[in-house]
Amino acid sequence: MRVNCTVNGEKRQADDVWPGESLLYVLRERLGLPGSKNACEQGECGSCTVYLDGTPVCSCLVAAGQAEGRDVVTVEGLEFGRVQEAFLSTGAVQCGFCTPGLVVAVHDLLARNERPSDPDIREALAGNLCRCTGYEKILDAVRLAAR
Amino acid sequence: MDFLQPSTWDEALAAKAAHPDAVPIAGGTDVMVELNFDRRRPPALLDLSRVAPLTEWGTDGDMLRVGAGVPYRRIIEELGGRLPGLAMAARTVGSPQIRNRGTVGGNLGSASPAGDAHPPLLAARAEVELASVRGVRRVPVESFFTGPKRSVLAPDELIAAFRVRTARAGEQFAKIGTRNAMVIAVCSFALALDPVRRTVGTGIGSAAPTPVRATAAEAFLVAELDWDSRGAVPPGVAAEFGRLVAAAAAPIDDVRGTAAYRRHALSVLARRALVWAWEGLR
Repeated sequence: MRVNCTVNGEKRQADDVWPGESLLYVLRERLGLPGSKNACEQGECGSCTVYLDGTPVCSCLVAAGQAEGRDVVTVEGLEFGRVQEAFLSTGAVQCGFCTPGLVVAVHDLLARNERPSDPDIREALAGNLCRCTGYEKILDAVRLAAR
Repeated sequence: MDFLQPSTWDEALAAKAAHPDAVPIAGGTDVMVELNFDRRRPPALLDLSRVAPLTEWGTDGDMLRVGAGVPYRRIIEELGGRLPGLAMAARTVGSPQIRNRGTVGGNLGSASPAGDAHPPLLAARAEVELASVRGVRRVPVESFFTGPKRSVLAPDELIAAFRVRTARAGEQFAKIGTRNAMVIAVCSFALALDPVRRTVGTGIGSAAPTPVRATAAEAFLVAELDWDSRGAVPPGVAAEFGRLVAAAAAPIDDVRGTAAYRRHALSVLARRALVWAWEGLR
């Protein structure tokens, strides 16, 4: 099947899509956008987080056809700004695999809540796993970006 | 595999009648996991995410009718004041990303004994509205589940909505897991105290082949609570309530916990939920 959607502001089309495949697969393997990471494929790790019509979702759990006509923004489509800069300057990036999903999740958090408390940050990032940092540097990054 | 994409409810029912083996998909938080891991290869997916009425809710007197496709996030944000028990359970579901997509209708359709929405729906005596081209029927949640991941849903039926009386207070939900987020319940418990009707509702999750009520515990509490002056719950009453709730469960040993732990934890959750819910009404 064919899937048409807007990705990072551009009209995109994917052909020969298997109806059971995920939006994540379409983004990475058909549209050449490998920023969203494929790790758990069950919505546990958050590394594939993208905006779907403005809402953060795990793209591994969105069927490709469900994205038909929708608006998708991946980490590649976010303007480089305070969130990414804060991750770099606080050392919140180690292996980097979780970073794209975290950047999208933090971008959404700060768009909804400019001055999040620590519990707000922990709640907002509860669906994003990091196996390197122990999260402390990631919390530092969010606090810095929110300043 | 076919991808069926109805845009109206009538089209969805017609599609399900024509393709009874099509798997409905809304938020995808259960169905896509099965597809991603090659556990399931249905001949068709029936995408319900474009059927607008499924994402609406409304009131009918003091009853609420909530479309099966309303995601947990909206249950929390829009219905937290009217359905506090369900909203508490919804806050424990997965993560923000999962709550943005996952729906109560999907939870019912998956019919997992561990589904977080099930205990509060049981406690609140909710009804599930099932529809097909043959018509609409309402099934009490208590009669909806027939076994692990099995329900009374017929092959040509779809879950349209659930209906429940608004509560505002007197409801509690508690869940055991290894952390607050991304946890499948080791066991869970929901309680609904209605001081006007003087009724007690309970729901036990993840501790029997299906979500179940603790009917003996409910009857005990109806008789023992001091409904007139709303005096504190005597410790002996709370302990006996916990014992009766644990006795209503039929847990097994599995990777998440042992049967003995689940029984013990349920008695503790029930006792705490009772005190919290009663204090909320006093």
